[in-house]
Amino acid sequence: MNIKEIDAIRAKKKALIDVRRVVREQGEKLAKQTGYRKQVLVCGGTGCTSSHSMKVIEQLEKSLKEFKLDDVLIVKTGCFGLCSLGPIMIVYPEGAFYAQMTPEHAKTVVEKHLVKGGALLKELLYQGTVAEDGTIIPFAETPFYKKQMRIALRNCGVIAPEDIEEALAAGDYSALEKVLTSMSPDDVINEVSASGLRGRGGAGFPTGRKWSFAKASQSDVKYVVCNADEGDPGAFMDRSVLEGDPHSVLEAMAIAGYAIGAHQGYIYVRAEYPVAVHRLQIALEQARKYGLLGKNILGLGFEFDIEIRLGAGAFVCGEETALLTSIEGHRGEPRPRPPFPAVKGLFGKPTIINNVETWANINPIINNGAAWFASIGTQTSSGTKVFALGGKITNVGLVEVPMGTTLREIVEEIGGGIPGGKKFKAAQTGGPSGGCIPAQCIDTPIDYDSLVAIGSMMGSGGMIILDEDDCMVDISKFYLEFTADESCGKCTPCRIGTKRLLQLLTKITEGKGEPEDLVKIEELASHMKQSSLCALGQSAPNPILSTLRYFRQEYVDHIEKKHCEAGVCKALLTYSIDPQKCRGCTLCARNCPTHAITGKVREAHVIDKDICIKCGVCMANCKFGAVVRN
Amino acid sequence: MKQCQGSLGTPEQAQKLKEVIEQSRSTPGCLMHILQEAQAIYGYLPLPVQKTIAEGLNISLSEVYGVATFYSQFSLNPKGKYRISVCLGTACYVKGSEKILQEVESELGIKCGECTQDGLFSLDSCRCVGACGLAPVMTVNEDVHGRLKPEMVKGILDSYRRKEV
Repeated sequence: MNIKEIDAIRAKKKALIDVRRVVREQGEKLAKQTGYRKQVLVCGGTGCTSSHSMKVIEQLEKSLKEFKLDDVLIVKTGCFGLCSLGPIMIVYPEGAFYAQMTPEHAKTVVEKHLVKGGALLKELLYQGTVAEDGTIIPFAETPFYKKQMRIALRNCGVIAPEDIEEALAAGDYSALEKVLTSMSPDDVINEVSASGLRGRGGAGFPTGRKWSFAKASQSDVKYVVCNADEGDPGAFMDRSVLEGDPHSVLEAMAIAGYAIGAHQGYIYVRAEYPVAVHRLQIALEQARKYGLLGKNILGLGFEFDIEIRLGAGAFVCGEETALLTSIEGHRGEPRPRPPFPAVKGLFGKPTIINNVETWANINPIINNGAAWFASIGTQTSSGTKVFALGGKITNVGLVEVPMGTTLREIVEEIGGGIPGGKKFKAAQTGGPSGGCIPAQCIDTPIDYDSLVAIGSMMGSGGMIILDEDDCMVDISKFYLEFTADESCGKCTPCRIGTKRLLQLLTKITEGKGEPEDLVKIEELASHMKQSSLCALGQSAPNPILSTLRYFRQEYVDHIEKKHCEAGVCKALLTYSIDPQKCRGCTLCARNCPTHAITGKVREAHVIDKDICIKCGVCMANCKFGAVVRN
Repeated sequence: MKQCQGSLGTPEQAQKLKEVIEQSRSTPGCLMHILQEAQAIYGYLPLPVQKTIAEGLNISLSEVYGVATFYSQFSLNPKGKYRISVCLGTACYVKGSEKILQEVESELGIKCGECTQDGLFSLDSCRCVGACGLAPVMTVNEDVHGRLKPEMVKGILDSYRRKEV
């Protein structure tokens, strides 16, 4: 297809998309142009499909047929962000935000709301959108969405990712068109450089500079690679972009290809993300069919195509050189740098490799200009960052905020605080390579440099909130188990260092720690940081070092007092029954899996500490608070 | 999934494997793709299959074995009919997924990484399926079970056992 034909598709579908982006009154007017009285958007991301949103869609289709409502459009979208309330369904033009949908609820919504003359069902809405006086608050005005700014996620939860015409109408490929018709390769690189965009995969290397290195490298063949090997446990930003707006990545890779003179791209994506892989495959086929990838893009003579390569479950493949080795079909072991991939990358050719979220920022930068992008965020970190908010937080989900937003805003306002009235203890960012932001740093503005300054790192965007019930020594051990398991074994400092660190931590959590263990940990950590081959080994000690920095007393308590304040490290716990409070109801004794509790009815019970396995069942069952944990 | 019979399984399986190798052998870096396809055919990667791939690509068996053992997705042992995977990603871990894993282990009487004797269930852990909003999570083949509590495990396993009666 040529530009004119693409423009015609955009014009045809524009109103359909706009209904989902404007306020209610305008939406109602616009809806008349679309031929659809109502649009029902249902989340088809991994979060919501895991809680059976596809069954909701099936029921909607069935009920709509029953009521002969052919002027209602069902759209299967990507992630809306508020995953803890899934499956989510939004009805436009009114913007009614239904949460935790079931097929039964879907049926009721069709019968009472979607029928002509129907009204929305307040009891099924996300209660955050229902004001005390019963009026409906637009969901964009709720605390979760209000402080967010969606650039990378601009189309997630807005378009049907499996329909390229919706993606086109929402603006995908408009930047590619602009680049191919009015910009030179140098213009593109200058624009990206001037925007201040830094790699969203974690290290924060300036994207424009990376591209300019690859352009300067002389070679007949060059490659563009998308790193979609999102291995950080608890992070799902890239997955959501691929599921919600895969074309934004394809378009950006083609733009980079034009800028550096490459004609082939690869997307290396985790096989654990079947939905994302499926959507990418559909997007690739459609983009080729519409002439947006392939030999003669938009009839303008530029050639670029993309191939998908599946990972096979190795965390180290998120490291760029290991990823390239894996695409080449080998064990995914990293290679020494230099030479950097921009000089000698995939199959020995100059290669640029950026992560999914970085790619998703390219279209808005080209369309709105570098100055616009640079005006968002902080001095050294422009734009926004997507975080996967998880752990002990009310609103688990995906959030995109301008750089410089404080952790307090994310936890207390967007995240809705800690459930169960518990106290915020720390936020873990950067996963196994990152560190903890403790409560006393909660007002730190989050950007690349401020996080490094307080001993953590941006990482790819996983943010796990920890409360008073989490033991920091145990969390460090959890991450070390992960890195020890995932160390590829190529270099000694990482292969042996992770194992030794894990041994020391295990010793401490089992109550066998000695004071000199902390000295050993710090010494070993410093060696690993300096001498490991790749970032996996260099950053593996970070979770320990940052928790030692802010929670050293917890380590000391484990070692000297053999005490775990959070009550997590089993070996350090003892359970006993307070005879004053025990009523002798026998509930604990009946539930104890090892029969460690004895006592007569209506008499105080006793726990035999030699038999007790410290599972905590007695404590969970006691109605009188008589079981004490020390 | 049929188990591997003889050296290369059923004639259909052997034929499929041959086709996969033929189709991909000229693509640079095709080994991982072929191993993924082979595992889809056989359910795991028995040694004769690895040998056939090595011969088909004209590379050494040690190279094939090296790749097959590097990535956690590849398995050299057969898996159960129902492949259970308990997520031990951070979001699930802080919400108690270890207790879920222990419960599955004691309910099935096997350890993580093993397969039950009747071949019905195999148990593994994984790092994040990306459904952190439902933490803690486990998957059984393609089904995702979320917001788990240890006491829910038996009921979930029973629902698969019932399918076999």
